Amino acid sequence: MSESSTDSRRPFTLTVNGVEHRAEAEPRLLLSDFLRHDLGLTGTHVGCEHGVCGACTVLLDGDPVRSCLLLAVQTDGCEVTTVEGLTPDPEVLHPLQQAFWESHALQCGFCTAGILMTLVPFLAAHPDPSEEEVRRALSGNLCRCTGYQHIVDAVLLAARRSRES
Amino acid sequence: MKPAPFHYERPASLDEALHLLARHGDEGKILAGGQSLIPVMNFRLAQPAVLIDVNRLGELDFVTAGDDGSLRLGALVRQARLEREDAVARRAPLLAEAVPFVAHPQIRNRGTVGGSLAHADPAAELPAVMVALDARFRLAHQGGERWVAAADFFGGLFATALEPGEMLVEVELPPWPAGHGACFAEVSRRHGDYAMVGIAAVTSVGAGGRCGPSRLVFMSVGDAPVEVAAGAQTAGEVPSEALFEAVAAAAAGELEPATDIHATAEYRRHLAGVLARRALSKAAARAAARGAGDPGVPG
Repeated sequence: MSESSTDSRRPFTLTVNGVEHRAEAEPRLLLSDFLRHDLGLTGTHVGCEHGVCGACTVLLDGDPVRSCLLLAVQTDGCEVTTVEGLTPDPEVLHPLQQAFWESHALQCGFCTAGILMTLVPFLAAHPDPSEEEVRRALSGNLCRCTGYQHIVDAVLLAARRSRES
Repeated sequence: MKPAPFHYERPASLDEALHLLARHGDEGKILAGGQSLIPVMNFRLAQPAVLIDVNRLGELDFVTAGDDGSLRLGALVRQARLEREDAVARRAPLLAEAVPFVAHPQIRNRGTVGGSLAHADPAAELPAVMVALDARFRLAHQGGERWVAAADFFGGLFATALEPGEMLVEVELPPWPAGHGACFAEVSRRHGDYAMVGIAAVTSVGAGGRCGPSRLVFMSVGDAPVEVAAGAQTAGEVPSEALFEAVAAAAAGELEPATDIHATAEYRRHLAGVLARRALSKAAARAAARGAGDPGVPG
């Protein structure tokens, strides 16, 4: 059966960072705003809100997507991972976050969460990437501070450590 | 809230989706990947009264290699899947080459084949590729369907042959014949941006070492994909850089691109000529490398 809903609120269930949420939202609420305002997960940043900057990138069933180009109700039954979900302990950095820190791969940090959420699955699929591949993978995330060089360095460092361990 | 309020429908089957489309007529807008629709809704440039979310129609998410060498793509196939499918690489190498130019990986994880074609952005890659490959689209409506050739599907700016109540549900690519080669090329300011000019080129080299007619389809130089007549000039000619140069110049001369903030008309025409020469040359080299003896119907 078709499920229809008017402008009023619509129930949906999704899993965010391993925790199931039974939520309700107007269909027009974007996933980015749902994560930040309803769940308080403000690690997902909102930049351009039309799919260009990549700051709001999260994982939807494991794939990086723009959370500003998804309606929250569309995630019914899906699994969403945000930057807060990269490690179970907020005091412990993910290996890619650790490499970012050591390589000075962030300045203002606004783009960082989106870049991490893009590159974590990229590294899982490409354990030994070339610099060219890293730059291509980064092409959907804008950084206005770093000039990208240190980000590329960090990704290659994280990849090398992962292969050696 | 960024988008204006709308009524949201999430059909579970194609039949239901077509029923809803018929019921809502012009008011109903299909939400597929949403990578073009949601941005314009966020800007409130589009305020559809009813959104029909087709993302749960698993029956439209298929890549099927036909026994005759054809390739069928369901409208809901995500663009990222085209990059991974072996059948696409073998049966539609032009499509496989073009897909990485579509926006960014995050966009391709959501963006769909059918959505990109139905949106019909004149700067988009997939429409030009479909015209160059003589694809056919299956358009379904409640109680019926029809097939439309890609060249007849794209009309004016963001305009297609789709009637109210119709939905593009499937793309069929004909067999990729022996001795054929293709090349996709584009120039954009940054990787993933819409191209200032792009081209989908197809040519062939026969057993006698002579070219057949070529297909040269440009994007971003008009209101829809633009195929030029100059492609036919390669027929019967021996492939050479001089030939490609002459055909490319004739192709560029046929175009009447517009000036906008991204590029002037003159610059676009110049790019079109350069890209046409490079794409033809590469397509011919690939055709010759595949050889006329290639059965052309890979498994």
